Parts: sequence; structure tokens; C-alpha cells
Amino acid sequence: MAAFYSFLAVLALIVIPWLGVGMGMSALFGIALPYIAIIIFMVGFTMRIVDWAKSPVPFCIPTTGGQQKSLPWIKWSPWDNPVDKKGVFMRMVLEVLCFRSLFRNTSVKLQQDGPKVGYSSEKSLWLFSLIFHYCFLLILVRHLRFFLMPIPGAVGIAEFLDSILQIGLPVMYQSDALIMVGLLFLLARRVFDGKVRYITLMQDYFPLFLLLGIVLTGVWMRYVVKVDVIAVKELTMSIVTLRPHMPTAPIDPSVYAHLTLVCALFIYFPFSKLMHMGGIFLSPTRVLPNMSRRAQWVNPWNDPAVKAHSYEAYEDDFREKMIEAGLPVDKKA
Amino acid sequence: MAKYPPPEELIKINYSTPVKSWMDTKTPFKPGNFSYPGKPDILKYLGMPNPRVWSPTDDDWQLPPDWQRLVMEKFRSLLKKYRSFKVFMDICVRCGACADKCHFFIGGGDPKNMPVLRAELLRSIYRGEFSAAAKVLGKLAGARKLEEDVIKEWFLYFYQCTECRRCSLFCPYGIDTAEITMMARELLHEVGCNINWILEPAANCNRTGNHLGIQPHAYKDMMDFLCDDIEDITGKRIRPNVNKKGCEILFITPSGDIFADPGIYTYMGYLILFEHLGLDVTWSTYASEGGNFGLFTSDKMMKKINGKMYNEAKRLGVKWILGGECGHMWRVINQYMSTMNGPADFLETPVSPITGTKFDAASGTKMLHIAEFTADLIKNKKLNLDPSRNDNFISTFHDSCNPARGMGLLEEPRYIMKNVCRQFYEMPENTIREQTFCCGGGAGLNNEEFTETRLRGGLPRGNAVKYVRDRHGVNNLACICAIDRATLPPLCDYWAPGVGVSGVHELVGNAIILDGEKKRTTDLRQNPLPGMEDEEE
Amino acid sequence: MYNAKYIIPGILFFLALAFVPVIYNQGHVFEVKPELPKDQKECVLPTTEMRDKHMQLLNEWRNEAVRDGSRIFINAKGQKYVKSLTNTCMSCHPDKTKFCDRCHETVGVAPYCWDCHNLSPNQKSPIPPVASAAAGGH
Repeated sequence: MAAFYSFLAVLALIVIPWLGVGMGMSALFGIALPYIAIIIFMVGFTMRIVDWAKSPVPFCIPTTGGQQKSLPWIKWSPWDNPVDKKGVFMRMVLEVLCFRSLFRNTSVKLQQDGPKVGYSSEKSLWLFSLIFHYCFLLILVRHLRFFLMPIPGAVGIAEFLDSILQIGLPVMYQSDALIMVGLLFLLARRVFDGKVRYITLMQDYFPLFLLLGIVLTGVWMRYVVKVDVIAVKELTMSIVTLRPHMPTAPIDPSVYAHLTLVCALFIYFPFSKLMHMGGIFLSPTRVLPNMSRRAQWVNPWNDPAVKAHSYEAYEDDFREKMIEAGLPVDKKA
Repeated sequence: MAKYPPPEELIKINYSTPVKSWMDTKTPFKPGNFSYPGKPDILKYLGMPNPRVWSPTDDDWQLPPDWQRLVMEKFRSLLKKYRSFKVFMDICVRCGACADKCHFFIGGGDPKNMPVLRAELLRSIYRGEFSAAAKVLGKLAGARKLEEDVIKEWFLYFYQCTECRRCSLFCPYGIDTAEITMMARELLHEVGCNINWILEPAANCNRTGNHLGIQPHAYKDMMDFLCDDIEDITGKRIRPNVNKKGCEILFITPSGDIFADPGIYTYMGYLILFEHLGLDVTWSTYASEGGNFGLFTSDKMMKKINGKMYNEAKRLGVKWILGGECGHMWRVINQYMSTMNGPADFLETPVSPITGTKFDAASGTKMLHIAEFTADLIKNKKLNLDPSRNDNFISTFHDSCNPARGMGLLEEPRYIMKNVCRQFYEMPENTIREQTFCCGGGAGLNNEEFTETRLRGGLPRGNAVKYVRDRHGVNNLACICAIDRATLPPLCDYWAPGVGVSGVHELVGNAIILDGEKKRTTDLRQNPLPGMEDEEE
Repeated sequence: MYNAKYIIPGILFFLALAFVPVIYNQGHVFEVKPELPKDQKECVLPTTEMRDKHMQLLNEWRNEAVRDGSRIFINAKGQKYVKSLTNTCMSCHPDKTKFCDRCHETVGVAPYCWDCHNLSPNQKSPIPPVASAAAGGH
């Protein structure tokens, strides 16, 4: 049900601009919406981070994933159990760029005979999510060709590498195919893996359908209708140079559908789980060094009024028994 | 003994999930799946709200009249106090990587024991009460209203989490269910729903200095009794310092070890080690507890109980503190102690008086782990050891959750193990070190009434022990945690019969050759040493 | 706000990324004017169709000419053309830099036509191609 509603929502986001443009509302979807979306995204994203940052990190609670730094002759894991900023930086690089934690993933198999509980390496989630995220990044970089003039060399290189197989015309981007593979895998496990289906909510299906919609409309524009990219760039450039105007040449409605879906993604982003992009950098179990035994970690709301039951009160309570047992006391009875 | 099914029954675990949404599925309270609630007099002593006599199986939990407001206000204040809580509520993508990492899920199959769903129990209220969009979409968006059944569900599942942090290791964003469970337990305290097995030790610790409520004279008696045993075994009389001022070192270890088998042998191991070194060390009855059940209660309680360590170090005028083998104790010392009760300016960075090694890892808290201390001694060849005295043991090592994932103390105990015993085998790699499995009794769940669920949660550990028992003939599971020493013996009896449990320093105590000791015929358990079976008196 | 010294630069860096295009493009005027032939009014197909789908047509031409030996293209009006990039297209649009590249460079397209093709019918050694720098590159 949740999946169905998410699908319908994304469908609506395709149909509405498609029809809207037919009714002459292309400026609304081509100019107004992108501006609104980017503002909501930037303000929303910032507010979210600031909201998190308003709460302190009272304790230093990294999850240590390896040997601590202790005696010099014991080999420690500087990246899984960092003690300083340098180590944390490496841990975060591995986490953000290589999905280190997900790489550890295992899957449990229970064998009744024995019984035996076995653990096998389970890298598919790691692999497909990595594929998805990197393709997304590559596609984002490639799209800079619509937003920059002249086009920087790096974008050209991304473009060249992504189409290096020279399949079809216009040449196919490998990332288009791979991102579909990634997204479909992520969707399939939500549908077919019982455990994952059980925990999946509408807000988990929606971004997947949204991204699939973006990819499919993009593919449709490039490979099927072959939209007038000069006109598209005229529009996108008018937006980023802050001199918005509609291009003279007509643009295919699929472009508006694509654009609307992207805008929906930007608007949805700050209010959703997609904020994991920013959140990972504020996750105390990952970004803190394991240093609280070496130096002082300060809790801003530490309450000095909370005090231990004092020794004096303890001795008052047990003084006679302590004397009898021959234990030293501070005050004689 | 409590009634619970045999292993053949318990192992029939079904990992499939119901068709109905988890929000529409209610789990009944039944003997073995919950811990008894806090007693009213204990709550009153600790000044905690809503003391009353009640049972989780009651229909009416006698919540205070404005309980919803209390819970939501606390919820808001916790979000303001802890960034972790806020971020963890917001960024979970429900990828499911954590699902089969929890020992309670592996051993029980209840989907609400998947860490992600455990957190969703809280998140659903967070959305339902704080997010306008989720309120409108309701169940589809995983939002719901705070009702009495939610409190019941929280009580069941947040007291079925041992705060072991295994899920947090695998989470791509490091979402830590231990942190979420701590928050949930604080919310439950507001309406007086908590368990006695945590609160009574906390109350005891406050008054008597230890969880078990052992008063100072009794503590001294028990210590003397263990010294008697050491004298029987080694022929040497040890006279440990207690509450003595002016020593170099204060030693603090969990009270469980002075009280119950097999912890007492570890305790004897410490005494023998200190005697062997001639260490200028004192024990304390005021700070006679290393563990801290406050960690499982609230930040306030944790701070209160922990405060005694520095108090006593200051009063006795020691230079630094040495800490014994304990799991959650070391999470508190490593991650909370100095923040809550430090900085300990009146102490010095620990330096081993025997080897001269300065332990920079403890330069802030000035508190050293005994495994670090002993490993350094062995490396510098300062211990006179006869590992053959442990030849009756074929050992493996269980990493306790907290030293593993809240500190990273992995190699030190292994180094000791390999030097004090000659037969040592590791369990499978997905069950040790940072991936270690909980004994099932952490976070205050090592009580009798919870045995069935605890044994379920102990399946991954028990099965790994069974694996090395069958493969290498392992008969001894060594560990560095007092709760382990309490919960692992029944767990091994159940899942891997024939395997016993010991502390690492029990094995050290066996191996150490004291100056002028008599020829030992038995180990610290007074079982004959290898080749000495006939010399039994 | 806590840890502002890390978080504020982090946010600013992130927001700055979004403004990169705005700043980068400052002062540039977006204008695409491929130079059209002066003496010809019509291409082989209508202008809009040529603009969107010329790559497809050229691709078809290449396949038909090279693989099937079919070298004559007849359009909807019945006009006949030789299927040749260099001889047909470039006889009206002789300067690649002033026609093809104007659009291609604008949207960052790098077709591989001139990996093999001559830039003009008079060029001497067709294959292998001239050094790409001399050919205007792509």
C-alpha cells in the first residue's frame, strides 16, 4: 500500500507538469519551480543541520571498531579506533567514500541440524548502494554541462569516461544503466526481502520511485525523443545566471517532467531521511575520536549538583561495624 | 530454576515476518520475556516518580494521570540534551543492515528485536507527535499516537536490549541502539516503569558502595575467606590493604567477583598478582563496585554512582586507580567518567611501578585497566609464570561488548591469555573482537525471571562456544566481565554443555609462582592440577 | 549551537557548491549562433528535425553506406543526396568550428565523427585521421 501510494505520487509529479506545459504553464515548471525548490533545499538543509547542532554532544561515545591505541607494542587500528582528528578524518573518508560500515555486513544462517548459527559475508547491499551513490554523483557532475559556460574540462572527462563504450547514438552513459540497476536492487529488496519489507515505510519507497522517475524521464529525453538540448541549456543558463526567461525554441514536455521530479527531490530532501547525507557528519558514534580517557570531554549541561553519596555519610552509616572488622575510619566513634 | 524449553525447542526459530504491520501486532507479556518491575521502596529511596506495586501482566499499569505530557516533555528535553538522539531519530534509512546483528533477534526471531524496529518504536512517536506531515499520513509514514500500549511495548523491548552496540558497528550512519535504549528507559522512568534488577543494585551501590549491598565488615570477611583459600592452595598468607590511606594505587573491581563463583577465582587472581608484585595498592569498601547500573538507569544515576571512584581516590590520597575486569564499568570509565566527575587533577597518569611504563591511554582519567597493566608486566617479563598449571583448561576468549565496542580493548587480554595458558583457540571471527556477541545479560538483564529470553539472546555466543568445543575440545570460556561470569555459565550449560567460565586473571593467578609458595597441587578452584590428581588430600 | 567551528564552515562549503554555477557564469552571455550557409535555404530534412536528430541520421547513413553500399538518400520531397558527411553535409557547412562545434561545445558533446572523417573533401590522407589538434579536436 505504502509502495503504491508512493508510486502514484511520483506518477502525479510526471503527469502534472506534462499537462501543465500543454496548458501554457511552462514558465511555472521551468522557472518558478526550480527557484522555489533550490531555496527550500538550501534553507531547509541548513535549518536541519543547525537544529541538530543546537543539541550538544554531552559524552564522547564513538563505536570503536578495532584495537585501541594503548601500549606501543600492540598494533592498533588508527582508522577504526581513532584517537585524534586525523584518525577521525580517515574514518569518515572510509565511511563516506567507501561505506566502510556497510562493507562489514554479514548475513545470519541458522542450521537446525547441529544447531549451527553461521555468518556469511553479505556485500550486495554495500555494492548496489555504492553503485547507486556513485552513479548519482557522476550524473550530477555530468549535468554541469547544462549549468556552466564554457564547460570545464573535468565535466568533459566525466562525460567521456561515462560514455567510453560508445554504444548507440546519442552514446549511452553507463551510469544511466548502472543507476537503474542500483535503484531497482534497492527497491527489490524492499519488496521481496521479508525483513526489509516489514520495516519499510512510505518514505522509503517514495525517494526510490522519485529517483527512478528522474532516471526514466532523463533516459526518455536523451534516447527516445532527443530533446533540443540547446534550448534546454538556454533555459538552465537563464536560471543560473539569474536572468530567467523561456527559450525561443520549444522544449519537449518530458523535460518539464524531469525538471519537476528533480525539484520535488530537492524540496523533499531536507524533510526526509535523505538528510543522512548531512547526518553522517554529525553522528557521534562515528565522528568522535576515542579520546575521553586521554583528555577531558566537556558536557555543557553537566550538573555539579549531582554528587555521589559521600564517604562521610557512608562511614556514619557503618562506623561501628567497620571498627569491629578492623577497617580504618576517619572519625572515631 | 525457572521453567523454559530445552534447546531443541528453543532453536526452532522462525525469522519470517507477519503480514500485518508491526504497529498492529501486540506481543503479550509472559513469564520469561520480561523483568520484574522496580519495588516501590527502592523507587522512593532513589527519589524516582510513581512508586507503586504493579506487574507488566496487569491490564492497568497505574500510570500517573498526566503521563502523556510527562513522557512528551521528557522526550523534548532529551532531544535538547543529546544530539545523538536527535540525529538517530532523523537519519535512519531503514536499510536493514542491523536487522540480523542483534543477538535477541537471532535467538528469538521477534522482528521487533531488529534494532531498526526497536528504534522505530520510539521514532513512530517522534513522528506522530512532532512532525505535521507524518501526523496526516499516519501509519503509512510510520507515525502513531502515544497510547498506553506504546508504553507497554517500550517497556518490553527496551528491556530486551542489552546496549551491546553490535548494531551500531554495522550501521552505515553509526546509529546506536544503546543510546536509543537509554533514552527510552529515561522516558519510562518518568511514568514509573522500570525494573528492579537495575534499580535495587543502583540503590545498594549508593548506600553500601556496591551493587550487592555488601556492608564493609562483610566485605572484609569475604576477602579474608578468599585469602584463606589462597593460603590453602599456595601456603602463603596474603594481607591486602583495605581503605588504607597513602598507597600508590587504588584498586576497584565489580563486587560480583567477591561474592559468587566463578568471579571469586578472578578476585583471588588479583590478590595473588598484587602479592607477587608487592604492589602498593589498597582496596576500598566505599568504592567497592566497579560496575555502574546507573548506566542502565539515567545519566544522573550513572554520575552519582561513578563519583565514588574519584572521591575515594582523593580521600585515600592515591596516585592513580587500577580497574578490574568488567564490561560496562569500562564503558563508563572510558567514555563517561572524566566528563561527569573529572578532571582528576589530583591524580597522576598511571605509571607501572614495576616496569616504569607510562600509560598515556589513561592520561585523562588516570584509571588503568588491569589487562593493560598485566600485559605490560608480561611483555617486560616481570611475572614468574608457569602456564602448565592451566593445562586442564582448553580456553577461548569472549570479548565483552563494552570493552570491545566502547573502548577497543581487544589485544591486551589475548596477549595475557596466550602467556598464561598453553591451549588457546579463537571462536569464529564474526563472533569476536569488535563483532563480539553479548552474553545476553548486559544492561541489567542478568536476572532470574528473564532467563528464557536471555538464553535465546545467548544463542549466537553459545553456538560459537559450542563450535570451538566440538572442534578443539575447548572447555573454558575466559572473559573480562563480571556480568559475563554470572550469565555465561548457565548459557554454556544450555548451549555448549561442558564448557566452564573463568576470568582472565583467574588464569593469571593459577600461573603465577609466588615467592616461597608451597608446591601447588590444585588450581584456584581447588581442582587437582594436571599430574597431581593422586596427591589429592 | 555547538561545534560551530566545524559545522558552519561545513554548511557554507555545501551552500557555496550550489552557487558555483552562478559565480562561474558571471559576465558570460549565453548565445549559440551556428553559422548557416549563405547560398542554401534547405537542408536534407526540415530544420527542427535536423537539430534534434541529425546524429541519428548520420549514424544511419554511415551504417547503410559502409555496410550495405547504399549511398543515395532520398528525402520526403524526393530530393537525392549522397550519404556523406564530408562531401554532402560539409559542402554546405564547410567550417566545422563555425557550425558543428558551436552547438556541440555549448552542451559539451564530443561526437566521434572526426575520429575517421576528413574535415574537407580536399584533404589528402583520410584514414588514419590527421592529428586531432590540427583537425580542431573534439
